[in-house]
Amino acid sequence: MRLFLLIDFGSTYTKITAVDLDDETVLGCAQSETTIDTDIMFGLNKALHQLRLSCGADPDEARGIYACSSAAGGLKLAAIGLTPSLTLEAASRAALGAGAKVISARGFELDQEAVADIESKKCDIVLLCGGTDGGNRDVILHNAKALAQSGLSCPILVAGNSAVSGALRGILEAAGKQVYVTKNVLPALDTLDTEPAQSLIREIFIRHIVKAKGLEKARDFVGSEIVPTPKASLLAASLLADGTASEPGIGSLLVVEIGGATINVHSVADVEPVTPLTVVRGLPESRLKRTVEGDLGIRWNAHTIYELAGQQKLADLLLSCAPDAPGGADFKAYTDMLCANVGHTPTGELEYNMDVTLGKCAAGIAVERHAGALSREYGANGEIFVQHGKNLLNVKNVIGTGGIFKYGLRPEQILKAAASSDANPWSLKPRSPRFFLDSGYILYGIGLLSGDYPEAALRMAKKYLRPATVE
Amino acid sequence: MTRRNVNKSVVIGTIGSDAHIIGGWVLKHAYEDAGFKVAFLGAMVSHQEFINAAIEVDADAILVSSSYGMGLIDCEGMRDKCIEAGLGDIILYVGGTIAAPLELERNWPEVERRFREMGFNRAFKNTCTAKESVTTLKADLGVE
Repeated sequence: MRLFLLIDFGSTYTKITAVDLDDETVLGCAQSETTIDTDIMFGLNKALHQLRLSCGADPDEARGIYACSSAAGGLKLAAIGLTPSLTLEAASRAALGAGAKVISARGFELDQEAVADIESKKCDIVLLCGGTDGGNRDVILHNAKALAQSGLSCPILVAGNSAVSGALRGILEAAGKQVYVTKNVLPALDTLDTEPAQSLIREIFIRHIVKAKGLEKARDFVGSEIVPTPKASLLAASLLADGTASEPGIGSLLVVEIGGATINVHSVADVEPVTPLTVVRGLPESRLKRTVEGDLGIRWNAHTIYELAGQQKLADLLLSCAPDAPGGADFKAYTDMLCANVGHTPTGELEYNMDVTLGKCAAGIAVERHAGALSREYGANGEIFVQHGKNLLNVKNVIGTGGIFKYGLRPEQILKAAASSDANPWSLKPRSPRFFLDSGYILYGIGLLSGDYPEAALRMAKKYLRPATVE
Repeated sequence: MTRRNVNKSVVIGTIGSDAHIIGGWVLKHAYEDAGFKVAFLGAMVSHQEFINAAIEVDADAILVSSSYGMGLIDCEGMRDKCIEAGLGDIILYVGGTIAAPLELERNWPEVERRFREMGFNRAFKNTCTAKESVTTLKADLGVE
């Protein structure tokens, strides 16, 4: 047996999955509350103890331990750019692709109010962008001065107009800030280059943030670097889609991760227009894409789902999920209650069905925001179709992950919302994908193993993701 | 951002996949006759080419010609690109058959509104003369 432990320090729970890489099997799972406010090791040791009780896995015998973390708010980043559609979008994409949570996204010149807002959000990194190389320099210089005068103490990563990189570094260092400078996220108007910024975000996470968040002891226990949890999911998505030289992947895919406060959507799919004649607009899309909906989520943000959809739509969705569900579901009261009791576990069939309904509604919105859309224009020669965003019509697989896919009643119903529907024919959501449930919550672990044991990790993913039939 | 000095210099070209060159060519001559320095880019010009030329000649304005009805689609996002490239205050004009002919005829206010919303300072119908365009730009720049 080759025992490996895969740990996810979540915002609420520390979860451990024990796997045997000889048999490529999951031996068991355990979880305990995350204790980052006191000592991260308390919760971890409790979870390890439970793991030992449940499946006999002894940490001392582990051949390797890997961990990811979204504890203490995850990797919180403030993105600053110039125009919302170009450098701010490029900055946000760089941050999301590195597994960060964009807690503030601001374009143009920062005023005092904006700086105060960024200060109040207590971010871990500020990503300062703006201007193409040789392009606008006034705004990024203004913003660097505003940040220099602020009380921010977190590292500032500069990835803007390279013509003023030196000046920006000077302004920020003179004010005693920790400054990192890398290549522009948008060196030219049609060139997106997010990788240098992303690798520096990872480096800053390892160098500063693990310590700042009290994760040092956990890192020492693990013996390797801890990665942000969304990064682990992205690595898993990439491996699962593309495979390795000796083990084929399952092809293009979309992962919908439903949480209490956010919904993460990852896609791995070639970037292509809907037809060769479709006109594509906007920043170039990337094959591996992540978006996070910070206003959705089926606990903390349940009220937003109610506000966006309304009672009638949710009641209709409930009927489509569970045609025999009893009537009288009051979504206003339920979502109010969920927001006040974010740890609530459904009681009774109606609540289970309402939970799945909220998940389905939120997943539909989140995937619609992630996917591109078509619009129709008219030219001298008739109709022209214009595409904004990523075309996911031909995506082959949709995977659902998150707590609700583990405990929910008929959670496969949620996944239906990730596919295209007659309700919004202009959205470029997958047309006829296969559906899978991550009912063992193993996806993050696949990402953690993907660096050192990609073949074994991929085979385990294929073994443990449960195919689902969605009517 | 500080306002740059006016130096009577413009970039002219036909945008997108449009090969109609004559509108831009007429404008080139009209502007040259009026004492402007003109960077004439011809047909099938991309946003990046317009913007690069404007940076190189320190242009006051980019004059976009479009004659195949796809101006609205081809011009989308151009203002934001100008801002990123350091041309935030450059004047953007568009003229010609800039939307489907029926739209131009029946919905001109809506077509004009959409160009304004995209950050274009002015949009001109295909009935506008080159001379009118020159007069308007001179007024906008405050030069003779």
